[in-house]
Amino acid sequence: MISHAPRSSLVLTTGLLVLAALIILSLMVGSRMISPIDALSGLFTPGSGSASIIVWQLRIPRTLAAIAVGVALAVAGILMQSLTRNPLAEPGLLGVNSGAAVFVVSGIAALGITDASGQMWMALFGAGLAATAVFYIGATGKGESIARLLLAGIALNACLSAVTGIITMFNSRAFDSYRFWVVGGFESRELSVVLTSTPLLLAGLILGFVLIRPLGALALGQDAAAGLGVPVPLVQAGTLLSITLLCGTATAIAGPLSFVGLVVPHVLRLLVGVSLSRLLPLSVIGGPILVLTADIVGRVIAIPSEVEAGIVTAFIGAPLLLALVLRLDSAGAHRARKIKRISRSEGKDQ
Amino acid sequence: MTRTPLPGTYRSPRTITSLALVLLIALSLITLIFGTYEITPAGVWQVLAGGGEGLDRYIVLNQRLPRLVAALAVGASLGLAGAIFQSVSRNPLGSPDIIGFTTGSATGALLVVLVLTQAGADAETAATGGGIGTGLGAIAGGFLTAALVLLLSARSGTSSAGHKLVLVGIAVGAMLSAFNDFLLTRADLEQAESAKTWLYGSLNALTWNSVWLPAVLICLAVPLALCFSRMLRVLELGEDLAAGLGLPVQAATRILMTGAVLLTALSISLAGPIGFVALIAPQLSHRVWRTPGAALWQSVLTGALLLVAADYVAGHALAPFQIPVGLVTGALGGAYLLWIIVRKG
Repeated sequence: MISHAPRSSLVLTTGLLVLAALIILSLMVGSRMISPIDALSGLFTPGSGSASIIVWQLRIPRTLAAIAVGVALAVAGILMQSLTRNPLAEPGLLGVNSGAAVFVVSGIAALGITDASGQMWMALFGAGLAATAVFYIGATGKGESIARLLLAGIALNACLSAVTGIITMFNSRAFDSYRFWVVGGFESRELSVVLTSTPLLLAGLILGFVLIRPLGALALGQDAAAGLGVPVPLVQAGTLLSITLLCGTATAIAGPLSFVGLVVPHVLRLLVGVSLSRLLPLSVIGGPILVLTADIVGRVIAIPSEVEAGIVTAFIGAPLLLALVLRLDSAGAHRARKIKRISRSEGKDQ
Repeated sequence: MTRTPLPGTYRSPRTITSLALVLLIALSLITLIFGTYEITPAGVWQVLAGGGEGLDRYIVLNQRLPRLVAALAVGASLGLAGAIFQSVSRNPLGSPDIIGFTTGSATGALLVVLVLTQAGADAETAATGGGIGTGLGAIAGGFLTAALVLLLSARSGTSSAGHKLVLVGIAVGAMLSAFNDFLLTRADLEQAESAKTWLYGSLNALTWNSVWLPAVLICLAVPLALCFSRMLRVLELGEDLAAGLGLPVQAATRILMTGAVLLTALSISLAGPIGFVALIAPQLSHRVWRTPGAALWQSVLTGALLLVAADYVAGHALAPFQIPVGLVTGALGGAYLLWIIVRKG
């Protein structure tokens, strides 16, 4: 196989540069545009004028939220896919999003919670509860536990979405709030929301990075991993905990952004190969790039109003995935044809 | 997996079939008899025999009967479509959703609902009374999406066709579902609510006007699709063996897929996207009848049975509120899956 090492360092540097540019752009762009110099001076001298107020009050919380969510979802996606050994597994399969949705909706319908931080706690609580239920159902009993876990997730998702549906059918106010929450976005996120969820997110991130090596061994199969001395159930439980922490906080901050956890790992895998020790660090950069780009594009695409980041994410991520799948595939076909042609002409020569 | 039947517990398929038929008829009668407006069983019988009072006749013939017919037709076609998809794609989770059909049809229907209401018709007519328009929008959207996905994934390449189909389907589906969410957030609350009722999949307030055409078409399409079941039996042996036996594999796959997509389209045009029936009905019939391969006509029966039962629950669980039947099938399907998982563990 081709070595991906030079390519992965290229991807890393490009990614870091793009991310830095995006962060500065994110401070500048919005319904009131700020020049790069004003944005930077506003950033470094807080309280020095209107530009600095906008940067510190509006743009920084939002940028931080987008970065946090991007990191969390991309890392959770990679962990989920390597745990289940299924490239189509999404962190949402653990019931995190639908659990959060049920709690947000019933919070609005029963308790009248509509403010951002209240919704954040409801979402966090619901996500944790749903994921615990899925673990519990999936872990009881014998046999292939991961397959059962996925099935349990699908089943619980179906039940919980039905509950959300019934509540939103009969409560107009809940539906009205819900349809904006479910899209996922960063408009008017407060700094406190991001800061409250940071410890949980960091815990999940550290746990994920600790698990890189054992997860790599687990890719050989459960028996082989056990033979190599990996405590398989412990690693699986730890990975699930990490995914739940990451995905739950992301959903609590921004609502369910469903596509990030699928597309970022796929794109990175097409770029640098399947090694977890390369993928996981790169996803910490790749996730924020996608989410931040989506947020910035959403801010400028329909001035003076905004398009939510959750919608833009799908419209950036899906064509990217399509292009990579189709291009790499046809490039492969081209190569195969070329080899065939060469071997045929060699055959003629002899 | 499946326990080997002991001599004492042998169930003949014929007994199961007749049991299922009896259950279906009983459920249909219950649906006709019980409702918010009380009619005695004798009254319903008189109406069905051609007599009865005016109001009784109206309630039974124009309100409960079209709904029952719709539930039977939609359940049957979804069950069969699911069985065909699962057998052809060799995946127990296969369904028309994989090629983006359902999401695309939702986009089409949403556009029709929102544009119609924008044009002045009131929201309620657009969602229910003008069901033909919504249905056509749904079918157009569904077919356009499926065509797009098939076209994009049909380009020559090295990776297997199935793998690429799934990836392309997911990507296109994600874009469309984001677009659907976008449409919902930009509509008025009232518009969004009527669109949402359609999106959950509902048989509420159906009238003959919107039922008869799709129902007749489904009645024609189901036997037609069953005629091709011999192909499916051969295909189940594996593509190589089927080709060796003289079956044109590509053409057969394409015909069967088209049939399944058509059935799904018809059911969506009637009731909107109703989840889980296409997934559960084939699995359930495969287990109950213990068929060696995919259970086809059995899935028709089970699908109809499931949807009539779910629709009864939808209409009566929180009466006088009417739950969209799609939510009931989602909840029941999820509960069934959970039960299987827990019981096996």
